[in-house]
Order: sequence, then C-alpha cells, then structure tokens
Amino acid sequence: MARAISTRRKVTFTILGWTIGFLIFFPVLWTVLTSFKTEGTAIATPPQFLFFDWTMENYVAVQNRSNYMRHMSNSIVISVGSTLIGLLVAIPAAWAMAFSPTKRTKDVLLWMLSTKMLPAVGVLVPIYLIFRDWSLLDGLAGLTAVLTLINLPIIVWMLYTYFREIPGEILEAARMDGASLAKEIVYVLTPMAVPGIASTMLLNIILAWNEAFWSLNLTASRAAPLTAFIAAYSSPEGLFWAKLSAASTLAIAPILVLGWFAQRQLVRGLTFGAVK
Amino acid sequence: MATLHTRASARLMMTPAVVLLLAWMIVPLGMTLYFSLLRYNLLMPGMEEWTGLDNYTYFLTDPAFTAALVNTLLLVGGVLLITVVGGLLLALMLDQPFWGSGLVRLLVIAPFFVMPTVSALVWKNMLMHPVNGLFAWLARLFGLRPVDWFADLPLFSIILIVAWQWLPFATLILLTALQSLDEEQKEAAEMDGAGAASRFIYIVLPHLARAITVVILIETIFLLSVFAEILVTTNGGPGVQTTTITYLVYMQALLQFDVGGASAGGIIAVILANIVAIFLIRLIGRNLDR
Repeated sequence: MARAISTRRKVTFTILGWTIGFLIFFPVLWTVLTSFKTEGTAIATPPQFLFFDWTMENYVAVQNRSNYMRHMSNSIVISVGSTLIGLLVAIPAAWAMAFSPTKRTKDVLLWMLSTKMLPAVGVLVPIYLIFRDWSLLDGLAGLTAVLTLINLPIIVWMLYTYFREIPGEILEAARMDGASLAKEIVYVLTPMAVPGIASTMLLNIILAWNEAFWSLNLTASRAAPLTAFIAAYSSPEGLFWAKLSAASTLAIAPILVLGWFAQRQLVRGLTFGAVK
Repeated sequence: MATLHTRASARLMMTPAVVLLLAWMIVPLGMTLYFSLLRYNLLMPGMEEWTGLDNYTYFLTDPAFTAALVNTLLLVGGVLLITVVGGLLLALMLDQPFWGSGLVRLLVIAPFFVMPTVSALVWKNMLMHPVNGLFAWLARLFGLRPVDWFADLPLFSIILIVAWQWLPFATLILLTALQSLDEEQKEAAEMDGAGAASRFIYIVLPHLARAITVVILIETIFLLSVFAEILVTTNGGPGVQTTTITYLVYMQALLQFDVGGASAGGIIAVILANIVAIFLIRLIGRNLDR
C-alpha cells in the first residue's frame, strides 16, 4: 500500500519536475534553436519549434562579419589568465592561512571577503581614469588585472576551505621524515590539493567569463570579450535574432558545460562557507 | 625554532595577496573619496577646484537620485522575493525522489551560467518583443492582448530577467541546506502525527532560516551592482524608470564626464552596500569559528 502511494507520488513529481525544469531552461533552448533558423523563420509567427529548414549560415555570418573568434579568444585569455595569476597569488596565501593560522588569520580572511563586497561603481571613476592615463583602455592586460583582483578574495577563500580539509598530521609526518618546505609542497600537499585547486579554477573561469561590468566599461572593440561583444547586438539596427542567437550559443555553450560540472563548487565558492 | 621559521614564511606567503587587495581597496577608493570633494569635469580639464560636500548635496538632491534609489530597492526587493520563494519551491521539489531529478537539476541551474548580456538580449528580443516575441504569440493564442513589456513595465521586465538568472543560485543553496536536514527528525515528527504543513513550518523552515538569510545577503550585494542587463535593454529609460544607483553613477561618470558627481555617487553606493556587507561578514565570521 505504502509502495503504491509512493509510486504515484514519484510519477507526479516526475511530471512536475520535468515541466518546470523545461520551462526554466526554455530561453536557453530557444536561443540554440533560433541560431539554426534563417532570419525570416526566426521572427515568424506562429513560432517554428523544430520543423524548419535547419541552417548553419548564422554561424558563418557571425564569424565573417565581426571576427567572432577574436572575441572568443579575448574571453579565453582574460578568464584563464586572470584565474591563473589569481591562483599563483592565492595558493601560498591560502596555504599559510590553513596550516599556520594565527590569531589574526580569521580577520584577514574576512577582510579579504569584504573587498569583494565593494560595489564596482565605487571605484569606476578612478579605475577608468588610471586606465585612460596609462593607455590600458581596450587592452587585454588591464582587464585581466582587474578581474584577477575582483576574484582574488573568492579564490583565496575557496582554496582555504579546501586546504583546511587536508589533515595537518600528514604534513607533520613528512616534516619529521626530514622533508623540506619545498618538498613538502611538491610531494605531499600538491597531490592532495589538486582537486580543490581544479574546482577553484573551474568556478573562477566561469565567473570571469561572465563578468560584464568591467568588460563593458573598460573595452570597446579590440579587446572586447564575448560579454561586451554581445552587447553590440542591443543597437536597433543590429537586431538580427538568428545571428544574435548564434553568437550567444557559442558564447554560453562552453561555460554551460563547465558550469554543470561545477555546481557543487558554486555553493562552496559563493556562500563563503556560510551554508554547508 | 621550526615554528618561528614557519611563521615567518607563512607571513611571506600571504604578503602578495594582502598587498594586492589592500592596494586594490585603498588606492581607488581613496581617489574616489578625493574626487568626490572636487568640482571636476573631464570636459573642462584644468578647472578642478575644491568644493567640499557640494557634489554630495547635488547628487542627493537630484530628483534622479530619489528615483534611482526607489528603482534599486524595487529591483533588489522584487528579485529577492521571486528567487527566495521560487527557489524554496524548486528546492523542495528537487529534494523529492523522481525519475531524472539529476537532469532536471541541471536544467534548473543553467540560467546562472548564461552571461548577463546574452540573457538580457534574448529575453528582451526573442521572448518579450511585443509583436514577434514568444510571449506575445502565447498571449494571442489565449486571446489576450500582448504586453509591450519594455514600454509599459520596464522595471518589472528587468526584474524578471534578473530573477531568472538568480533563481538557480537560491535553489542550489536552499537545496544544499535542505539535504543536510536530519531525515530522522522529520520521520519522528511524522510518526507523532505532524502533518506535512506543520512539519514544513516547524522543522524545515527553521532549519532553512540561516540559508535563506545567506541567500538574501549575498544576492543583495550582487543585485546592488546589476548593470549589464540595464545597459543592453533600456539604458536606464524610459526617462529614469529603470535607472538604478549603479547606472546613475555610470551615466554621471562616462556619459556626462562629471568625475566629482560620479565619485560622490560611488561613495554613496559603497555605503549602501556596506550596510548589507556588515551583516554578511558577521554571519560568515560566526560560521568560521565552528
């Protein structure tokens, strides 16, 4: 009897769950479908869902008209670059905080997080002027540096929470066996820390890839990553839905895949350990 | 000896991160504070002069500021309402056993990974367009008059788009919290004859209180900075109907080149965000001890 009820319940929730999941996902699906339509089919009423002449022309047009691959590579350089530099700075710091904590460690950590809560507009004017005077506007180097700094607190924090889970006794054992600090890091810590570092990297690449405020304000054309490039489609004459969809699909597909792998890290990285 | 050695190297290892963040926080913020006390417009170079608090008076008494403050509160409040209530319902649903729940979870969290400019443009054009949009077609299908979203309900349209982006965040966090709830406690309550509703009110909701607080605080900090969605859809218009504090400062700085006024606005935005940040930092700090 109990089993029968539970099966009916399961069927109900299966239908409900898939319906709601489909509705929430629909804008993404619709973008992908529209990217394979001609501009005429894209705005047709009633809308064409599956049975239209599928075409790749938009993907070709997007590349030919605007050098799409350049913006794609800008996005890759900026997101991967800022993440790697961030890791380089954050790994030693997080290691020190996790394994040689002092009375002030907690305060330093909280202070670092608090810099992440500084609204970007609070520093927009000086950063813009510095970029202008040092000719960093519309360049990859400046934007990469800014993204490194805005995400550094999250990188330090995530690494700290991962490193803290590594048992300290193992390090002590290695030290007793006469391992130097360098050896300790290379042979003991690194293998145990790699999963945490990889997760941190994943989440941070996603955050940097989708960052829009600084990308929009500090780049124009040459160094524009995809977030800024897509914004060009907001002008009225640029309203070609199929091409907008093709450009969007290419921009979100890689990060959507990474994001699905990173869903656990999302909670960890963005709630700063306040939810477990 | 060894400990002393370790402590010194630990300090050395932390130095780059601390120095970088300190510089990142103090230098630009100090400059903003300094600029906010000057009459300084990029169109009139060399004319900078000390004005005291004039920029603040000007910014705070500008009717656009009041409008922007109200819009910001409506945007943050509206998105929070939708994402917390919706996220709670979605988390409760995803917590139930059903076929393919893992895949459904992937579908539900997808919007979070869509870049803001893409989601704003896709919603504005392909879904909310008053003639060719999908919503307009749906409305006509049911014999209703299509809504001209961005002309009649501009702020609400932006709230919907931003809420769609943040719904996955709330859902994931509340789901994580829900899954840490002790099953035995629920079962015990059920055996004692507590109905589903009272189990939810007396056991589930108190357990989630902390996670809900975290969602509200973190979302508020990010939502105060919503920018791209406004830039690519309405440019703050019509009039000032979708101008938020963030957007107002941007306009003052990069469209009117008023460095002094924009800086004063930036400082006001920092103060607003700090009110929320203080609570959040305290909450995180308390959790760090455990």
